[in-house]
Amino acid sequence: MSAGGEQAALARIERARTRRRAFRDAQITTAHGAGGKATHELIERLLVPELGGGAQLAALADAAVFGAGDALIAMTSDSFVVRPLRFPGGSIGELAVNGTVNDLAMAGAAPLALTLSLVLEEGLDSEVLRAEVAAAGAAARAAGIEIVGGDTKVVERGAADGMYVCTAGVGLVDPRAELSPGAARPGDRLLVSGPIAEHGIAVMLARGEFELGAAVESDTCSLWPAVAALLDACPRELRSLRDPTRGGLASALNELAQTSRTGMIVEEERVPLARAVGGACELLGIDPMYVACEGRLLAIVAPQAVDAALGALRSAGCAGAAEIGTVEADPAGMVLVATAFGSRRVLDMLVGDPLPRIC
Amino acid sequence: MKFAAEYRDGTIGRAIAQRLREVADPDRHYKLMEICGGHTHTIYRYALASLLPPNVELVHGPGCPVCVIPMGRVQDAIAIARRPGVILACFGDLLRVPGSDGTLLDARAAGADVRVVYSPLDALRIARENPDREVVFFAIGFETTAPSTALTLLRARAEGAANFSIFCNHVTIGPPLRALLDSPEVSLDGFVGPGHVATVVGSGPFEFIPAEHGKSVVIAGFEPLDVLEAVLMLLEQQRSGRCEVEIQYVRAVTAAGNPRALEAMATVFALRPTFEWRGLGFIPDSALRLSDEFADLDAELRFGVPGVRVEDPKACQCGEVLRGSIKPWECKVFGTACTPERPIGTCMVSSEGACAAYFNYGRLAVGA
Repeated sequence: MSAGGEQAALARIERARTRRRAFRDAQITTAHGAGGKATHELIERLLVPELGGGAQLAALADAAVFGAGDALIAMTSDSFVVRPLRFPGGSIGELAVNGTVNDLAMAGAAPLALTLSLVLEEGLDSEVLRAEVAAAGAAARAAGIEIVGGDTKVVERGAADGMYVCTAGVGLVDPRAELSPGAARPGDRLLVSGPIAEHGIAVMLARGEFELGAAVESDTCSLWPAVAALLDACPRELRSLRDPTRGGLASALNELAQTSRTGMIVEEERVPLARAVGGACELLGIDPMYVACEGRLLAIVAPQAVDAALGALRSAGCAGAAEIGTVEADPAGMVLVATAFGSRRVLDMLVGDPLPRIC
Repeated sequence: MKFAAEYRDGTIGRAIAQRLREVADPDRHYKLMEICGGHTHTIYRYALASLLPPNVELVHGPGCPVCVIPMGRVQDAIAIARRPGVILACFGDLLRVPGSDGTLLDARAAGADVRVVYSPLDALRIARENPDREVVFFAIGFETTAPSTALTLLRARAEGAANFSIFCNHVTIGPPLRALLDSPEVSLDGFVGPGHVATVVGSGPFEFIPAEHGKSVVIAGFEPLDVLEAVLMLLEQQRSGRCEVEIQYVRAVTAAGNPRALEAMATVFALRPTFEWRGLGFIPDSALRLSDEFADLDAELRFGVPGVRVEDPKACQCGEVLRGSIKPWECKVFGTACTPERPIGTCMVSSEGACAAYFNYGRLAVGA
């Protein structure tokens, strides 16, 4: 059992991993919606090719960016199917607005306008609907975005789960933003704007399937103030932004590592995690790195801008912002976790997960 | 909520690693097996192998409950799940284990009502909430999970739950270890013993390992410091010429085990004469069925299952991985035809499986 044999096996695996294959799954399963590898396969091997595979689409960014006259416009589309509709710290209406605003913000765009389409299940309580629309309205006012249109469909009982919300959002890209998912370079630093995994755990506990009494609230909020503060503080040094929603911080890091062909090294002990969230993850056997946030961002910044960026985030209300790691040249396209023991392990994307619908 | 941080302290970990380098004899090779999949997971999660001296090798054992489920039993579970009116409840890991005809996840996508639970008691609650449905819990695992299944059966009996049953696949740790030690291809110096199993069965069932086979056993907890300390204790046994069962996981394990759990198990379970293990073949007296007294809650009897033995795929080397005779990356299909996205073998499915753990955590790029 030589080390050479192992290295050869690993090289073989890397070749197999980078090979493009046709989409082979016979049917869609929940894994395809979990934000991990199965979701990526669905997008890259079925959706993008069938839709013609334009450069914008293939870039798989949170929002598409295109020119209109002198301006750069960001556009995004999102849908929300969370169960239960209300959970500690938020609800589907609020989540829909914040989620859309955040996709725009990750492209460095100030949110301008949003449409809201509702798919309602026959029998839905009108007061539940009123509460969710009110929550969406309040979230839009808080985020400074106007809801300019929408659509309503009602489907038979059983054909939807209460209500689904679909949005489209348009934003104006800040002229100072020079963001790109492939911009990370060796020496850059990884920052997060606050403790991770709170939304996913809050929703899981709200489903009442685990008899855990932990008080965990969703972190759902608009991230535009945080992005605006970063653009004020260090526009040239801000390389990439992601909001780690489905698939969590691990998936966001992997996407950026693969696009930039750099290695991302995360120091496990420096990743902020609330005690109750960490405890719930421990009991459920879930790695918080894979659990969704809905009001946190991952920023890659040049090393000289770390203090300015952290200061900007904190001044924008992100009290728990922290530097969590560095970008290195190797291993290109991979994410490693440095453990408290000084050892390193791979942090890969999950295939799917057994976790329920959370956004 | 109590935290495990004190068992993850990096400073102590590095100190144990230093001690390991002092104790290990540089002129020999140590081959130690961690029996339990939970240990395999910890070893990869914290990259412990990189802290060991280069001549101390850890090999993975047969103690991952998902890994040892034979394909035929998965197919039986799928057959139960496909019956009209049935809700099949199981642990999340089982959803992606292939039977001969897809996985439970595929069956769910095709219309079967398959639900993920974290405890068999959750399955009983689902039965209570759905009195017009048949609810079946797909029970797997060693003596670690068997007591909670036993407790659930006792509660179901007390409640008179008529629409609840158990598809029992519980196995016991002793017989596969005997089979492993009797097989000539495996040469080991000692075992990191399964801490969770031992909280139930105590240390007694492992005494045959030093007595009959002359190998050391240290029963360990599941935090990284537990595993490192257990390895150190094994090396110290070797150095001082001792060969015995020691307990590192003293905060949970006693020599006698948990008599109440054992009593509950003795009430609801009976030994099967033989049972198939994935990759290891049929092992006598290695698995549990429901006792005659609880036969009315036995899903196998209530529904009848195909019970067909399904041959493992030819390319799959899970058996050799489970016996510790090859490393995951030495398998012909590892990482190419068999990946976490499309597992061929069970070892690639569960996070406790050696192949999945190696693929997800251990695989570092060349030169890293």
